[in-house]
Amino acid sequence: MESNHMQVRFDAKSVNEGLARMMVAAFMTDMNPTLEEIADVKTAVSEAVTNAIIHGYEEECETVEMVCDRDGQQLVVTVEDHGVGIVNLEEAMQPFFTTKPEMERSGMGFSFMEAFMDKVEVQSHPGTGTKVVMWKYIERESE
Amino acid sequence: MELQYQITNDKMVVQMPKEVDHHIAGGLGREIDFLLDSWNIRTLEFDFSETEFMDSSGIGVLIGRSKTMELHSGKVTAVHLGERVQKIFEKSGLYRIIETECREGK
Repeated sequence: MESNHMQVRFDAKSVNEGLARMMVAAFMTDMNPTLEEIADVKTAVSEAVTNAIIHGYEEECETVEMVCDRDGQQLVVTVEDHGVGIVNLEEAMQPFFTTKPEMERSGMGFSFMEAFMDKVEVQSHPGTGTKVVMWKYIERESE
Repeated sequence: MELQYQITNDKMVVQMPKEVDHHIAGGLGREIDFLLDSWNIRTLEFDFSETEFMDSSGIGVLIGRSKTMELHSGKVTAVHLGERVQKIFEKSGLYRIIETECREGK
């Protein structure tokens, strides 16, 4: 079974949201995904990285870590920050819930991660940070 | 990133960028609001013909502008939606808020 691993750290700057999307897309190319699967993963990663930048660090520059793992056709993406953490996780994961309406955040971040990936797990502690783990099974077999 | 706008009488068309994310969202929203305040716009049209990627930050921009247009008693439409943007509209329920028209033959 083919396996692969990638670990990257980048500044918590909005310009790196696009970079994170490109990196995850490049990492999963080898799994022979459909264009839709790539776009779904890019959307979920964009949401997780944006959350880390806006909420995790309140836009003060720190580091966001993204880890991608391949186990056969199973892709696992982890996005972690060491920022403020989430006080009420259940509330944060509700659709349309946002702590930043003044920034026009739609409150759809976690809903999108859940809609576009197979499974999403969030571990967060106030003061120590947030870790989002997302799974996606890439249906199409490698040729 | 240069954004493109076209104003004809009371209608403004915004050419949406290739990727609509948090990085672009703040400036995009502010720029549109500035133009909406400066001109008497009654119809705001978002043209997605170039857009290949959009996440929930884009939804925030669209909902924000549709609220502004409500105050101006105007309307908001979105045209030339590609497959990806259509999926984002579906998942977020934007179809119920904004009138849309999809890309032909795509």
